[in-house]
Amino acid sequence: MARLDIDFCGIRSPNPFWLASAPPTDKAYNVERAFEAGWGGVVWKTLAEAGPPVVNVNGPRYGALLAVDRSLIGFNNIELITDRELETNLAEIAAVKRRWPDRAVLVSVMVPCREESWKAILPRVEDTGCDGLELNFGCPHGMSERGMGSAVGQVPEYIQMVTAWCKRYTRLPVIVKLTPNVTDIRFPARAAKAGGADAVSLINTVNSIMGVDPDTLRMSPEVGGKGTHGGYCGPAVRPIALHMVTEIARDPETAGLPISGIGGIGSWRDALEFIALGAGSVQVCTAAMVFGFKIVQEMVSGLAAYLDAKGLASVEALRGRALPSVTEWRYLDLNRVSKAVIHQDLCIQCGRCHIACEDTAHQAITAQRDGRRHFEVKEEECVGCNLCVNVCPVPGCITLRELAPGEIDRRTGQAVSGTALDWTQHPNNPLRSGA
Amino acid sequence: MSEPHRADIRPGRLAPQTYAAHFADHVAPLTEAQALLEANRCLYCFDAPCMQACPTRIDVPSFIRRIAEGNARGAAESILESNPLGGSCARDCPTEVLCEQVCVRHTQQGQPVAIGRLQRFAVDALMASAAPQIFTRAPASGRRVAVVGAGPAGLACAHALARAGHDVALFDAKPKAGGLNEYGVAAYKVAGGFAQREVEWLLAIGGITLHSGWRLASAAQLEALRREYDAVFLGVGLASTQQLGVPGEALEGVLDAVQFIGTLRQAEDLGTLPVGRRVLVIGGGMTAIDAGVQSKLLGAESVTIVYRRGPQHMRASRHEQELALTQGVGILHWLAPVEVLGEGGSARAVRFARQRLEGERLAPGGEEIVLETDMILKAIGQRLDGRVLAECGLALRDGRIAADEAGRTSIANVWAGGDCIAGGQDLTVEAVAHGLRAARAIDRQLRGRRSRPEQ
Repeated sequence: MARLDIDFCGIRSPNPFWLASAPPTDKAYNVERAFEAGWGGVVWKTLAEAGPPVVNVNGPRYGALLAVDRSLIGFNNIELITDRELETNLAEIAAVKRRWPDRAVLVSVMVPCREESWKAILPRVEDTGCDGLELNFGCPHGMSERGMGSAVGQVPEYIQMVTAWCKRYTRLPVIVKLTPNVTDIRFPARAAKAGGADAVSLINTVNSIMGVDPDTLRMSPEVGGKGTHGGYCGPAVRPIALHMVTEIARDPETAGLPISGIGGIGSWRDALEFIALGAGSVQVCTAAMVFGFKIVQEMVSGLAAYLDAKGLASVEALRGRALPSVTEWRYLDLNRVSKAVIHQDLCIQCGRCHIACEDTAHQAITAQRDGRRHFEVKEEECVGCNLCVNVCPVPGCITLRELAPGEIDRRTGQAVSGTALDWTQHPNNPLRSGA
Repeated sequence: MSEPHRADIRPGRLAPQTYAAHFADHVAPLTEAQALLEANRCLYCFDAPCMQACPTRIDVPSFIRRIAEGNARGAAESILESNPLGGSCARDCPTEVLCEQVCVRHTQQGQPVAIGRLQRFAVDALMASAAPQIFTRAPASGRRVAVVGAGPAGLACAHALARAGHDVALFDAKPKAGGLNEYGVAAYKVAGGFAQREVEWLLAIGGITLHSGWRLASAAQLEALRREYDAVFLGVGLASTQQLGVPGEALEGVLDAVQFIGTLRQAEDLGTLPVGRRVLVIGGGMTAIDAGVQSKLLGAESVTIVYRRGPQHMRASRHEQELALTQGVGILHWLAPVEVLGEGGSARAVRFARQRLEGERLAPGGEEIVLETDMILKAIGQRLDGRVLAECGLALRDGRIAADEAGRTSIANVWAGGDCIAGGQDLTVEAVAHGLRAARAIDRQLRGRRSRPEQ
């Protein structure tokens, strides 16, 4: 049996599945239920400074992008950080950690960019006995207008400065949570590392407007006739999150910095992707908000079965395994040639491959043969773009076949080369090495 | 000796409140949530096979996509543009052998997109809306066309001609328009008075005058129509029914299935309709199924459809046969009636001869069986009463009116379509297609000429 327990920058957890700092980790009641369900850890919903609590809207805080079967693809929220008293939260955190010593309890914190604010709150957080600190430099709505959240995360200098304060005032591991609302995620990650961060977590939510009500012609959701952008998450953001995690994992300047992966994780497969691209733990929110806490049991079961089947002894053994397969476009082998193949025994004759290719790609799929409905790839036109594979409703019906070296590419009439050739070496590249 | 036979045929076999449930929509309408989910199963095929399979070439992918996009009105518009009787076709089309049979989801998942039910969803939504009329008439052409028969073919033809700006006189022998939709198909297929609602919608386009109770019974009538109108369309259906041609056919309790269904369809109170305790239906088409199932729904204790050939030869689709079986109607094959046996003037049994195929021909196999019954419904086919039409000088083929690809008959300015012409499959949707193609041809002809032709 593969081991699912992890040691993430010194924080131990019986499995890599943590609940992200968000509504599900708002208070002891929820967190207790989460631990009972089997979550390995939680990041407590972001604490604010002592004083009058934050005020939330009491109208729609959430909006969703739904698939046709009403399964949730994307999710958006305008809820702020905790709106409960700091003392209440601290007391509950301490109590929960005492009851669940084997689980990871991290605490998310967001206070103004003043050293004394951080200096004031950190010892109190540490006193709860929690396992680590997560700095919320990510939330893109509400608090960012007050100079916190993503307003900090978008300025590398601020990240470094605040992270350094935190390292000064607490012995807890410090995880910096990054906002994806930047042009190059490597810069905030580098700043976190420079500030002494023990790890980064990402992504926080993406700036978003969910839609417009066609009847009222007002943006939705709205509160009293007006709405504002919220933070977008859920399955739709996963590819964006994977890219950002990968960028940091591959960046020589941040190499080795532990990453807690966040963004649309709803199954063990999703978690696998983050881990294989370098994440040491994963955080979940939307899936729990859709299905409830029990879903972690399915994730644990699936990941364990996968690791066993792959002969991988632990989560750590999986971590980063897909990273060597990621490179820059310029290093892709331009001598490789693939052609689509339509498996006629699986084809249901819908013709989507044909019309997609005919109208929008390379006119490489027939609609008829001998006057009869028939869809077949014209290899002399096919560039192996994969569009037909993606629009075909039948799994496995259309596949790409890579031509063997020496085989003639009927589109070019040339034999496929057995040696690799990338853009850096390509004769069409005026800047190629040696040119 | 047993007691003398007394046929048990009586009304009110069921509790009064049962009838409404028995004759309600046999296929429930889709809810909006169901329609959205089902619509999204459609793959929006290229050159969609379903569209090709529809005699009226309804653009199925388009209308379904519009449903999926929350545009039911646009969906209905797309349907009705191709088939103004899209509402009744959605209900009584044998979609399982037309559009849904060739649906690629059928190939892939063994479960086609429910095209018929989606079509009904869209058309019903339009009909229930505040502004159900989506078509307007072209400027008046000053031309007048007579349409004989207000069934699906005639209604489709009249509607298309009215849209094109012509004035239409629509004649029908029955008190109500609608043809088989009103008088012929099973009540549970077009429940809730849909046939008349559709007729009202069709006529509301304007320019169509309905003359009911008018039967084409003489050559002189057709001559008069040809004189008075610029063109004539005949969509008279098949008004006569085939006879068994066996002894005892005239006994009491031997009824015509078409008439039985017609009476049922017009009954104010189904509890007043007499039905046998045991019913035999002789035939193998849709009428046999409709008559058999409705007998059962009226409370008959046992209903058996008896057909002279095998299941694969029945004109009723497999789906219809299964419907009958699930309703508790039995089907016997390879039995042809030889004699209706009676007592005291009423039928009490039918003697059948077991049939077998000798090449393509049926031949008695020697064995005979007698099935006791209280009521016999004959559903062995309808035919054209060709006498008047022949007198009119119309060429007939296979006992029906000969018409070309556009519906032109052998007489100038006379078109025909629907079940009354040769070469068809006796489908509602096909009748609609006939009516529409004739309307197009008539319109072309009328626009191409400045004045009425010389007689």
